Amino acid sequence: MTTPRPAETAATAAAAAPRPGDWPLWEVFVRSRRGLSHTHAGSLHAPDAEMALRNARDLYTRRSEGVSLWVVPSAQITASSPDEKDAFFEPAGDKPYRHPTFYEIPDGVHHL
Amino acid sequence: MRNATATPALPLGDDALILSHRLGEWAGNAPVLEEEVALANIALDLLGQARVLLSLAGDEDELAYLREERQFRNLQLVEQPNGDFAHTIARQLYFSTYQELLFEHLATTESELAPLAAKAVKEVAYHRDHAHQWTLRLGDGTDESRVRMQRALDALWRFTGEMFEPVEGLETVPWPALHDSWATRITHTLEQATLTIPDGPRRGGWTAGTGRQGLHTESFGRMLAEMQHLHRSHPGATW
Repeated sequence: MTTPRPAETAATAAAAAPRPGDWPLWEVFVRSRRGLSHTHAGSLHAPDAEMALRNARDLYTRRSEGVSLWVVPSAQITASSPDEKDAFFEPAGDKPYRHPTFYEIPDGVHHL
Repeated sequence: MRNATATPALPLGDDALILSHRLGEWAGNAPVLEEEVALANIALDLLGQARVLLSLAGDEDELAYLREERQFRNLQLVEQPNGDFAHTIARQLYFSTYQELLFEHLATTESELAPLAAKAVKEVAYHRDHAHQWTLRLGDGTDESRVRMQRALDALWRFTGEMFEPVEGLETVPWPALHDSWATRITHTLEQATLTIPDGPRRGGWTAGTGRQGLHTESFGRMLAEMQHLHRSHPGATW
C-alpha cells in the first residue's frame, strides 16, 4: 500500500462524499444457543449499530447458527500487542499446576 | 399446460417469483457486499414462497419458465426495474408492507394458502423492516439520498393502487381495511424519514392498468426473456 502525500489526502477528502467504504467496521458475536456465551464470529461494515445488527443476521445466522447477536464497533476493542506476547503469555507456559487438571470432573458437568 | 387461473396461489406466487428475480439482478452490482447478501437473502425467501405457491397452482417449472408475458398475474409494482438503490428500497417498502398485511390475514383463514402465509409472514416482517430501516436512513440522510428516495417513492406511487384490487379466489380478504392499514404504516415510515407522502392517482384512468389481468409494463418482457432463456434453450436440462 502506498501512503498518499499530505496534499493528495486533503484534496481527496474534500472531493469525495462519504462512500460505503467509509462505513465503520463492527465485530460480530453470536450466541449459538441458550446457556452458552457469545462467541466471536467475524466482522462486517455497516453505517450504524442497528444496520450492523441486521447485516450480522444476514451474514452469520442464516443457517440457524444463533439465538442472539452482539455487534461491537471494532474501534472500541483494545487488543494485546503481538510485541508483548512473551511478557503477557509465556510465563504461564511452564506452570501446569495452574490448570485444574488435578480434579475429577463430576459426571454430567459440561462446558468446563 | 393446466389452467392455473382459478387459484389465488398463482397471482401471489407470480408476485414472489418476479420480485425475487428483480432482487437477484443486484447480485454482483449492490453498493456494498453486506447489502448484496441482504438483498439476495430476501430474494431467496421470495423464491421459496414462489415455489410453494406455484406448486399449488400447477407445475412450478412450467409456470415459471414456459408462460408468456400475458399469462403472468403479478402486480406491475414488482416487475418495475431496480433503478437506483432508492428505487429498489421504495419498491420493497411498498410491497413488503402489503405482503405482510395480506399474509397476516391469510394465516388466520381456512384458505389453502394459510400454512404458507403463517410461515412466510415472519420472513416478510424482516423484509419490511429492512426496507423501513433503509427508508429512514436515505430519507433523513444526505441531500442526495433524500432527493433520490423521494423521487423513487413518487415514481412507484402509481403502481400501489393495484395491490388492493380484489383478487380472484380471495374474495373474503377485507381489501379496504388492508389498504387503510397499509397507508397508515407507509405514512408512519415516511414521516419518520422526514419524507413527503406522494400524492397523485393510484388507480383508475391515470394508473398503469393491472398486472393481475396479464397487462404488464414495457420492461417486463425483457426481464422475462432473461429469466426464461436458459430453460427454453435447453428444455428438460438437469444439473
